[in-house]
Amino acid sequence: MRYLMIVAVDGDPDTSDAPETSIDDWFTQLNERGQWVMGERLRPPEAATLVRVRNGETMITDETFAETKEWIAGFDILDCATLDDAIHVAATHPMARGGRIELRPFWPIDDAKA
Amino acid sequence: MRDRPEPAGVSSAADAVEQAYRQEWAQVVATTIRVARDIQIAEDCVQEAFTAALLKWPHEGVPDRPGAWLTTVAVRNALQVHRRNATLTRKLPQLLPDDPGALPVDPSSGTVFEQLPDDRLRLIFTCCHPALAPEARVALTLRLVCGLTSVEVAKAFLVTQSTMQARITRAKKKIADAGIAYRTPDPAEFPERLTSVLDTVHLVFNEGYRPASGDLLIRADLTARALQTARMLHELLPHSAETTALLALLLLIEARRDARVDSHGEAVDLEHQDRSRWDRALIDEGLTLLAAAVRGDDAGKYTVMASLAAVHDTSAGWAQTDWAHMLALYDVLQQHWPTPVVALARAVAVSFARGPDEGLAALEPLVHDPALTTYPYLPAARADMLRRLGRVDDAAAGYREAILLTANAAEARFFQGRIDDLTARD
Repeated sequence: MRYLMIVAVDGDPDTSDAPETSIDDWFTQLNERGQWVMGERLRPPEAATLVRVRNGETMITDETFAETKEWIAGFDILDCATLDDAIHVAATHPMARGGRIELRPFWPIDDAKA
Repeated sequence: MRDRPEPAGVSSAADAVEQAYRQEWAQVVATTIRVARDIQIAEDCVQEAFTAALLKWPHEGVPDRPGAWLTTVAVRNALQVHRRNATLTRKLPQLLPDDPGALPVDPSSGTVFEQLPDDRLRLIFTCCHPALAPEARVALTLRLVCGLTSVEVAKAFLVTQSTMQARITRAKKKIADAGIAYRTPDPAEFPERLTSVLDTVHLVFNEGYRPASGDLLIRADLTARALQTARMLHELLPHSAETTALLALLLLIEARRDARVDSHGEAVDLEHQDRSRWDRALIDEGLTLLAAAVRGDDAGKYTVMASLAAVHDTSAGWAQTDWAHMLALYDVLQQHWPTPVVALARAVAVSFARGPDEGLAALEPLVHDPALTTYPYLPAARADMLRRLGRVDDAAAGYREAILLTANAAEARFFQGRIDDLTARD
């Protein structure tokens, strides 16, 4: 199953002295298990452009989806057998402590009716 | 009547079906889901199997192993559904099997070779997966593990049937769409997942023991379901201290049930309960289980909570309550599981161990806690301490606030009774 892993900065990082995980270890392990499809770090919301079409007119604005203190810092596409596997991948990413991570299963293309 | 007897065995067969429903439901559902790999299909097929039993057992006799018979019929139905769907080439959202090779059926006949006790664990761990909302976990557990109909689950939580149906459907859809596997967790994640299961059962029990709304003081149907599920978990995980402790906790509290309601159906607090009405057999069972849990390696919050319940259950009377021991246990609980509700209970213990003025001081930081703004037991606890300090007007104001916050009519009458006592004293 494929999951989009959305990595967000929420301004409320974990400040405990629990051991840090490094992004390099995370990435190595993920690839050894064949669970990483692709992923990128994103420029901050200041670089975002919002596009929508209303009444046939394309409206372009210099903003991001939601004006909150939370912003999307990057994403990865995972290929995991179960949600539990994806949760494990997300929980071992350093940004699970630095911010928070959302997991969204892909909507299969032949299942569009559901 | 004698000359026109009913066909032999109708009533005994119906009894057997009902007994199977009570005792085998979880196992039949759990095994059928593993084979059907789809919760909805499995549920429908299990329902059909019970209907078939009602029709067939009076004539064919009650099978030696009713659970295996029901599972076989349900699984056969499920395989038929899958065949039909395969011909329609419709792709079903399928549950992820734990071990696809271990299909316990003969696919040609649908005969079930084995029902694993493990299946019931798979079922309850799936129903209580932390990726589901807590109220969805409760609803799924009551429906799939306890066998309540969605109408009954809706009644239990005083929501409309359509609301509950939607909640259950949404939860099942999330299980299929998000890839929640039908399995017991890995050892690394087991303790956290087990807590989610135990918390769900505890939540069902609490809703039965202290209904948040309605007119009843106790919902015995819910406490019985929670106890039944806790017993099942203990049977399946006999070495888990926390599972043992949860069962002990529920038994130690359930033992006081009859004494909590007086002959007029009104609430009686712990102080005024007739302790001779406590169920000694349940207390003894609870204490034995607690002793086993305390010896375990993974003793946690349920072990501490059961120990707290045991202090009351073993005390000769209210006046003899060992409040110092209670307070020490609450300190442990608060240290490891700091929640506002635990802090509130601890403040009450402080008020009895060291006096109501110290209790009030312990309560003070909680007054502005957003988690407790609508919690009736906060003003009620405060009012009780003020009453013991002789501050009658302040106490009455506190009880009035508690009345405004509770949605349970019987509880509101209890608080009103406290106000009446205060004014009578003047």
